[in-house]
Formats: sequence, C-alpha cells, structure tokens
Amino acid sequence: MKPGVLLSARGAGKAYAQQGQPRWACRDVSFDLYPGEVLAVVGESGSGKTTLLRLLAARLGCDEGSVHYDLRADLASGPGNLVDLALMSQAQLRRLARTDWGFVEQHARDGLRMNVSGGANVGERLMALGARNYGLLRREALSWMARVELDTGRIDDLPGSYSGGMQQRLQIARNLVTQPRLVFMDEPTTGLDVSVQARLLDLLRELVDELQLAAVVVTHDLAVARLLAQRMLVMKDGCVVEQGLTDRVLDDPQHPYTQLLVSSVLTP
Amino acid sequence: MTALIETVALSKTFTLHGRGGLQLPVFSGIDLSVRAGECLALTGHSGSGKSSLLRCLYGNYAASSGEVRIRHQGAWVNLSNAMPREVFELRRRTLGYVSQFLRVIPRVSALDIVSDPLRRIGVDASVARERAAQWLQSLNLQEHLWHLPPATFSGGEQQRVNIAHGMITAPAVLLLDEPTASLDADNRRVVVALIRAAREQGSAVVGIFHDDEVREAVATRSLNVEQYSKPVASTHGSTT
Repeated sequence: MKPGVLLSARGAGKAYAQQGQPRWACRDVSFDLYPGEVLAVVGESGSGKTTLLRLLAARLGCDEGSVHYDLRADLASGPGNLVDLALMSQAQLRRLARTDWGFVEQHARDGLRMNVSGGANVGERLMALGARNYGLLRREALSWMARVELDTGRIDDLPGSYSGGMQQRLQIARNLVTQPRLVFMDEPTTGLDVSVQARLLDLLRELVDELQLAAVVVTHDLAVARLLAQRMLVMKDGCVVEQGLTDRVLDDPQHPYTQLLVSSVLTP
Repeated sequence: MTALIETVALSKTFTLHGRGGLQLPVFSGIDLSVRAGECLALTGHSGSGKSSLLRCLYGNYAASSGEVRIRHQGAWVNLSNAMPREVFELRRRTLGYVSQFLRVIPRVSALDIVSDPLRRIGVDASVARERAAQWLQSLNLQEHLWHLPPATFSGGEQQRVNIAHGMITAPAVLLLDEPTASLDADNRRVVVALIRAAREQGSAVVGIFHDDEVREAVATRSLNVEQYSKPVASTHGSTT
C-alpha cells in the first residue's frame, strides 16, 4: 500500500446478468488516485466508463476486486486508513457521499432537488451535517452562488427556472459547499451549448485548481480531458486499454483503440 | 558540474495501428548527457526526429526503449516508469519546455498564462502577476495585449508568451523547440540573452535552433539526430 493514496481501485469490475450469462460492464480496473489529482475516464458510450464511476462512488457494488478510500480522521476508526467501500455501512457511505465526496451528474436535474429553491439546494448538505442557523446557511448559499458565477438574486427561485448551464453551476455549488476532497463528474459539460460549456469548463478548471480537488471525470470529449485532467484512462468494452499522463496519451497514443479515438476527432 | 538530464540507449518508433501496424522508426540508441550550464543543440534535417526527441525528454512522447533520466531534487527520476504525478511534479519544479506552438487555453489572458507556472509552485498570485508582467515587458510584448487571450496574437507574439511561460520558473532543465522561429531580430537577441542567462544560472538546456546565428550564440555543443535514424522502415502484419 502506498502512502497518501486517496482512492484506490484494485481489479474492480461489475457484471450484469444477460440471459443468465454475466456480461461485464467493466472489468479489472486498477489505479491509485492521489489528493489534488484529476483523472479523466474516456471512451465511447457503452465502454463502461459510467459504470466504473458508479463503482468508485459506491453507488454500485463490485462483482470483482474492490475500491478503497482514505477516510478523513473524523469518519475513520483509525487515522488515515484506506477502507474497502464494501466493508462500510450504508450510514457511513451516505455520510461520506454528503461530506467528503461530490457527484456532479450529467443531467443537473438528477443531482438537484427541483422542488426547493436554489439557495436551499446549496444549503442542503450543510443542513444534513447539522447546520441549522438560517443566516449562516443563507450566507454560505450566497457565497457559493457567487463563486460559481450565478446571479445571487436568483437564490429563492426554483432550479427549474434556471437555464441548463445555470443548473449545472448550481449542482457544482451544491456539491462543493462541504469542501469535499474528491468529486466524481459524469459528462459535466455534455448537452450544454458550446459557449456555456466553455464557461463551465473555465469554472471547473479554476475550482479544481484553487481547492486542490481530486476528481474523476467521465467524458467522451478529449478536449475536456486535456483541459481538466493530468491523467487519463481509456476504456473500451469494459476494459482499460491505456492509461497515463493526459498529454502523453493524447499526443503519443500506444493502443490501437486510443490511436483511433485520437485520430477521429478534429481537434483533440 | 553534474549532469541534470541524460538518456541511455533512447529509441523511438511509432507504430500506426490504423495502418496495419506500420512501424515508423525515428531514432535509436541515443545516449546524451547535459550538465548544468551547458546547452546542447539538436541538429539534423527536417523530419530527422529532433522534436520527437525533445518530446521524449519532456515525457510527452513515450520512449520505445531506453531511458530518459532527469535530476530532480537531488535524485534521478526515470521518465519511463515514473507515475503521472511524479512527472507532473518534475514539470512543475524542474523541467521546462517551450514548444514550437503555444497551446492556448481559451479565454485565459497572456498574463495569467505566464504567471500560472509561478502560482503552481506556491508564489503569491499578485507577485506572480508582477513577475509575469516583467517577463512580457522584457520580451517586448505590447502592454495592451497582456490582458487578452493569445488566440488572436501573431505567431511571434504567441511565441514570446510561450517563452515567458516556459522560462519564468527558471527550471533546472530547459527544453526549447525553435524558440526564435517566428521572432524578428530584436526579439531574437532578447531570447538569446535569456537563454544565456539561464545557462549562467546553472540550467541545463537542450534545444532546437533553426537559426545558425542563434545556435552559435547559445549552444555549447551539438548532437546530430540524423546519425541515430534507422535506415529502413519495416512493416509487420498485413497492410490494409
């Protein structure tokens, strides 16, 4: 075991039953992620990258291998130990997901609560941690809305009245309010207009840098990977076919599939 | 003086899987060693693999065989088996690279691009911006451009942003790919002075200098990459 590792996948995989036969959505994935590192997971749709993300975030259980996370001292029984997610209780996992982790969904609606105000969306995780002071919650909500460049005048509006880009910003603020160390992102910019996408990427790049966040970003967009991630992992048919430094993988791809992927886009 | 960067039997061959596994050998068996204060000029005709060699030294291309070693905080780091985070740390503190073309990050100003490497080694943001301004000033980049993203700059202006970005942290190992290619005579002289200053401060420099005058002014020796090229291209597998 290496010191300082935040998240460790060790031969992790997930199978679904298909006509009585197991079909592996992802198989034998191993890597160590360190604090402050951003890892991009790329591959075409159906390559298993979203399944992998859900395994890493303990939204699915592993059918082979394991995923380990370095619990903060206040959550762990002992100091700084990598804990197998499969051995944690549901309550522990929920707490982890609400404090030390963030999860940015591709569709903001899946990550937001659409029936409460923007401000309440940001405050929710703090309330779950026991914050009850209205003034403090409102101040935090305002400060985070400003930080993700949302009009603070919209704090009392329902997220349904926000544009797609604004919803995505709100979702990011909602996740970061507890200062997580690790954020999972599933195609965070997909489906947005190009100009909105660009501004969101700027924001993500700055936040990741400033807060020294570790992140696992699933994307099919190689330009997003290049901009955000130091490392990347290329998936095909559920398997990792290549991994390494982002600029090395994109500029000197070794695996046939990575070469195909890189040569298929106009400007990687 | 101690060597700061060296290669052992370094070889690079591209394998194009989309072309039936076509092998494109670039160079093989390069042993080089550059000490503090030295500047090694890579020479050879266009297409001889000078830039590929430089990219291997930066870890941007993977070595096909052999080793690239960089002296980092008193120890050798082997680029081929270093973890991504180690390579990143190496690039942040020790290894600088000025590419031929600036890869512009959209919407980020020239000043921010240049100050970013300083901020990444912990320099206070306002100090970093001040130093960046000094660099852009000394490279004669007009002040009204500093706050604009370089996407619309001329080739020469972009190149100067690129040089400032690559050299501002005074990296111990400095890789330069045609740093003066699109500069006028005045700015070429400025860059020559900067490279000489880097050497005097103890940097080991490896560079490609198209201009003979520039090369003679900065390089302490040269290495002809052509002599390491593999003569025949071979294919294996079926061509499609």
